Amino acid sequence: MELLNPDQWVEKYADYLYNYTIVRVNDHIVAQDLISETFLAGLRSKKNFKGEATERTWLISILKRKIIDYYRKINSKKGKAEVHITYRDDDAEGDWLEENAADPFDKTAEDRMENEELGLAILECLDKLNEKQATIFKKKTIENFDTEALCKEYNITPSNLWVIIHRARKSMVECLEKNWFN
Amino acid sequence: MKFFLECDKAVHVCDKSQYNEASFFEKLMLKLHILMCKLCRGHTKRNSKLTKTIKSANIKTLRPEEKQQLKTRLRQEIDKDPQS
Repeated sequence: MELLNPDQWVEKYADYLYNYTIVRVNDHIVAQDLISETFLAGLRSKKNFKGEATERTWLISILKRKIIDYYRKINSKKGKAEVHITYRDDDAEGDWLEENAADPFDKTAEDRMENEELGLAILECLDKLNEKQATIFKKKTIENFDTEALCKEYNITPSNLWVIIHRARKSMVECLEKNWFN
Repeated sequence: MKFFLECDKAVHVCDKSQYNEASFFEKLMLKLHILMCKLCRGHTKRNSKLTKTIKSANIKTLRPEEKQQLKTRLRQEIDKDPQS
């Protein structure tokens, strides 16, 4: 069996899994735990991975089960739930509960779903670039590293960096035009 | 074609301006260039669309130290069971 490289797993899939999880559990710590559990479960059941799906799809299928389990666990504590209403100030006391509910002009769930799908589509396209291009492009574009810091970290000149960025952007445009804009 | 800038230079300025790293003068030259050059106009449009798209997706990433924790945790698990 091929040797597993967990460092690469984390670099390649952690952000993808995180974006998938965070919209579903809406809690940074819980999301991290679920991802960690997913990777560990992946390691344990590596033998069952038949190579029919991509490694990413396979990890997502494990993650889905972890998320369901998480909600089951919460649900079993449901009886203990309490509702607290905090009035913003004393004058507000007696106001209708509806007035204290979420702002209807806030982002709708649908928007958030659309955003999430787009985020995953972008990360999927990133996965198709070679590793160096993908990491550098991600750091520069999504994590907003500055040019100087990146050049130092990868020991390259600014013009090298811009060539890498240019190639990555070109592939990203092509990939997104194929997978997202159509 | 050379209108104010060579095309390959224009493409480079376009990339830099996606990260706000092009100077005012460079951006001006680029604008003038793409008025004339259809090819670069198309490229600039697509390139800017990529920037906008990625921004709008609001992708979240784990911090480097959080990734390191995940790696360490996985490493431990593999070391426990070396044949896998």
